[in-house]
Amino acid sequence: MILNQFLILAALLFCMGVYGLLVRRNAVMVLLSVELMLAAVNINLVALEAFWQTSEALGQILAVFIITIAAAEVGIGLAIILLIFRNRRSANVDELNLMRW
Amino acid sequence: MGVSTNLYLAAEGAAAAATTGGIWSEWAGLMLIGPMLAFVVIVLFGKRMRYQGAEVAIGAMAFNFVWSSVLLLLNMGDSGVLYERSLEIAAVGGGLVFELGWIVDGLSIMMYWVVAAVGLAVFVYAHGYMKGEVRVTFFFAALSLFAGSMLVLVGSPNLVQLIIGWEGVGLASYLLIGHNWELKENSSAAMKAFYTNKVADVGLVIGVIIIGITLGSFHFWDLAAAAAEHSAALGPVAVAAGLLLFFGAMGKSAQFPLHIWLPDAMAGPTPVSALMHAATMVTAGIYLMARTFPLYQELATAARPWMIAAGTITLFGMGLLALVADDIKRVLAYSTVSQLGYMMTAVAAGGYTAGLFHLFTHAFFKALLFLGAGSVIHAVHSNNMSDMGGLRRHMPDTYRTFVIGALALAGVFPLSGFWSKDEILATLGYEGYNLVMWIAVAGAFVTAFYMARAVALTFFGEYRGHGEPHESPPIMTRPLWALAVPAVLAGVVNIPGLKLPWIGSFTDWLSVRSVPMGDHHAEAIDVGLAAAGLAAAVAGLWLGWRAFGPSAADRADRDRVEIPVLYPLLRQKYYLDHAALGLVWVIRQPAARAVNWVNDYVIDGVVNGVGALCQRLAGLLYGGVDQHGIDGVVHGLSWGTSGMGGLIRRIQSGRVQQYAGLLVAGLLLLAVVVLFVL
Repeated sequence: MILNQFLILAALLFCMGVYGLLVRRNAVMVLLSVELMLAAVNINLVALEAFWQTSEALGQILAVFIITIAAAEVGIGLAIILLIFRNRRSANVDELNLMRW
Repeated sequence: MGVSTNLYLAAEGAAAAATTGGIWSEWAGLMLIGPMLAFVVIVLFGKRMRYQGAEVAIGAMAFNFVWSSVLLLLNMGDSGVLYERSLEIAAVGGGLVFELGWIVDGLSIMMYWVVAAVGLAVFVYAHGYMKGEVRVTFFFAALSLFAGSMLVLVGSPNLVQLIIGWEGVGLASYLLIGHNWELKENSSAAMKAFYTNKVADVGLVIGVIIIGITLGSFHFWDLAAAAAEHSAALGPVAVAAGLLLFFGAMGKSAQFPLHIWLPDAMAGPTPVSALMHAATMVTAGIYLMARTFPLYQELATAARPWMIAAGTITLFGMGLLALVADDIKRVLAYSTVSQLGYMMTAVAAGGYTAGLFHLFTHAFFKALLFLGAGSVIHAVHSNNMSDMGGLRRHMPDTYRTFVIGALALAGVFPLSGFWSKDEILATLGYEGYNLVMWIAVAGAFVTAFYMARAVALTFFGEYRGHGEPHESPPIMTRPLWALAVPAVLAGVVNIPGLKLPWIGSFTDWLSVRSVPMGDHHAEAIDVGLAAAGLAAAVAGLWLGWRAFGPSAADRADRDRVEIPVLYPLLRQKYYLDHAALGLVWVIRQPAARAVNWVNDYVIDGVVNGVGALCQRLAGLLYGGVDQHGIDGVVHGLSWGTSGMGGLIRRIQSGRVQQYAGLLVAGLLLLAVVVLFVL
């Protein structure tokens, strides 16, 4: 089985996620970037699981967990963004310095 | 606590054997504590009691009377009682020990009994006398303190406890003389008594310190032993110490020229005067001289002429003053001063027993006279004899007892005063002080004269006061009769050559002592001398009666016979009060100036110097250590913290993406480290 394609794809996805996380101004896009990074991790887990053929299918189990957590995280994150948007009429991350010292 | 018991028998003395007196001696300290306890109880609870605390005071005195009577009976007869007990309280340093305790010997027992007997009569009398007066509770508290302090004084086995009792007596007398302090004269009299006594106390305290340091002990016992063996250590300071102790005694026992407080002390209620003059205060000085008698007899012989001189001046000069006083209590007060002169002269001349015997008899008839005077004052509401007269018919009990007391004081055969005065005269003659002896005889004449005057002006002629005088209630007259008995009979116990069966004689009572001493008691009565004394007394009475009796009743100035020069001199009390005030005045201005100078320049200088020094030091401390050192550290810490915080807080920008960027940077750093460094 060829592992490298999957790993390269995951690395590309991860880098795209990091880039989006650091650069995008819109909070929703930042959240989407985080999802990309999680997706990259999931690809890695499933690919390595398939590569090493472990009997317990730990990688797939872990991937399912991550998907669940990601769903919950997005739910909470979108709710927060929605509330901030309602309050400020903006979802621009640069204008959000509420959590300053 | 150490307990020491010393036994010592007199070298010469009739009583050969001595017992310890069993529990009566071992617990004799209760007599010292009783009235003190009564004082505390009355102060705390007296106001709530039925008789405002009088019952406690009288109860304590009755207890003492019973106890001391038992001791007196034990001391009579063939074997005397001798017991001493000291409880060590604290070490003073220099080998000296502060002890409290009690001594039971002939002298102490006699004093215990006199204080208790006179005290009981006076306390009962005072209960009637003070009815309706102000501060009765406090009066009885102070009266208990007075008697209790005197018992502490006479029961003391050492000089320090003696001073404690001595000062207690002074304090209580101050409180009692100034009992009606709303009147300026009364509080002034109280202060005069206190100041005069304080001046004398300085002498006493210095004398005691000298003795204590020289001997290494405050015990009378050690003092007597050192005197008996002519201690080389005590010898050089003995005269100084003796004179200083005598100076203390001069204050309490009102010897010339420190007698000035005693007549003014009449400002107190009459029972106080009776107690003060008979038992509790003025006898303290005589007692001290008697207790330290070996010192004067063996070592401080050079002090004795001074003591005799002071005593002789007192006995004659102060007796004269009683001739011109209008206040009946003042007459009696000068009479007391004069009689104290007799006692002091006798003791100083070597007549230990004679002086104490006069103290013994004098206590009864003088207490009787004072209580009688109080009864009269109670009836006529005036102290002045010019407001009295004719009271013989109105107050028969007071009249009879007063006359008994007056005759006893005058020294009329066979009342007690005759025997004790004769004993003094005999001793003075025996010791070779013939001049003093004849002055004492003349003093007896003066005594009789002023007592005749007092009786004539008070009880004879027409009543000159206001209102209708009436006899005092039985609670006041019964103590008078109770005191009249010993006033008549007390002399019987020491008739020369006569030794009563079972009772023995006064000389024997005193012969068992904790301190050894010798003195003289005539084996047979000197008829010539006794006759001279009696003749002087009778002549005085006759002359006084002629001058002031009913036959002179129609004279307007019947209470005086004005002799030029002498009369004004006596009226002004020899100008001694003026002299004392002048002395105070002369001393006061320079002293005040000196003290002021010392205060301004020395003390203020020291204080200011210390202040300035402290300020400088504080300035250094503040500027150097506090401002720069401690504050520097504190400020540096806070500045550093805040600076660091200022730097670090920049990181906390609140921008999520910056955090994420740092996170990624950290991740990359870790990755680099993991991949290439490790």
